[in-house]
Amino acid sequence: MKARVHVMLKNGVLDPQGEAVRHALGALGFDGVQGVRQGKVIELELAEGTTEATVTEMCEKLLANTVIESYTIELG
Amino acid sequence: MKAAVIVFPGSNCDRDLAVALEKAGADVQMVWHKDTALPKGIDLVAVPGGFSFGDYLRCGAIAANSPICGELKTHVERGGYALGICNGFQVLTETGLLPGALRRNAGLKYICKPIELCVEATDTAYTSDYTKGQVITVPIAHHDGNYYVDDAKLAELQGEGRIAFSYVDNPNGSVADIAGVVSRNRRVLGMMPHPERMSEASHGGTDGKAMFTSLMSQMALA
Repeated sequence: MKARVHVMLKNGVLDPQGEAVRHALGALGFDGVQGVRQGKVIELELAEGTTEATVTEMCEKLLANTVIESYTIELG
Repeated sequence: MKAAVIVFPGSNCDRDLAVALEKAGADVQMVWHKDTALPKGIDLVAVPGGFSFGDYLRCGAIAANSPICGELKTHVERGGYALGICNGFQVLTETGLLPGALRRNAGLKYICKPIELCVEATDTAYTSDYTKGQVITVPIAHHDGNYYVDDAKLAELQGEGRIAFSYVDNPNGSVADIAGVVSRNRRVLGMMPHPERMSEASHGGTDGKAMFTSLMSQMALA
């Protein structure tokens, strides 16, 4: 089975990389891009039967730094 | 003072830090990230700068979960001293031994230059040989030194006088110009600038040396 973890900077934590991408899009003529947030996607290959609780533990212990990042988990 | 300097794959300031400690008079031993015990009688564990584990995932995240960091936590819980410089500061925040996190620099660039720091707290074992408000020049060399804490934590750090150093001219976007913070018991210090790289005349300045002499004199008192 697979799981996909999305890690994003929390709302309220300034994302300088997202801001740089927003500026670059504006420079390319894409008007109206009001915000860009850049995160990461982590794909996990897991043993069948791995629970969401286990993936949550992985996120809490390593995959995300919950001081500044939030995460969502997609199973399957 | 007995000090241990942790070496991770990708550490590159480990030797500089060991030399700065030795020149101040410390007995220094290097420990490897896979070690599962610290040498006996260690007073200070120093976590050096560099790019541990290639900065993969997040700076310091993999290092913070290495076997020796379990020992580091135990050492700190017992009241031991720990110093993290640059990547070492990132490791200490990732272990939870210090609050906050280090984000990508606001200007998105790696910055390597001498900068001015204001010594905010002198009531720590690391800063007692400085004077409060003293401005010192030491180098920074980082891509992810943009310190973040939320407003509540910032108020706590300020209220408890736990900001050890601040930037005179904030180079990286850090909250409240913070360059270094100490733990509640004031025995753990993390900072992005490199005092070990400014501790001998041949470095171009000696403003970082007082950190190591402070440690020696405080340990002698203890």
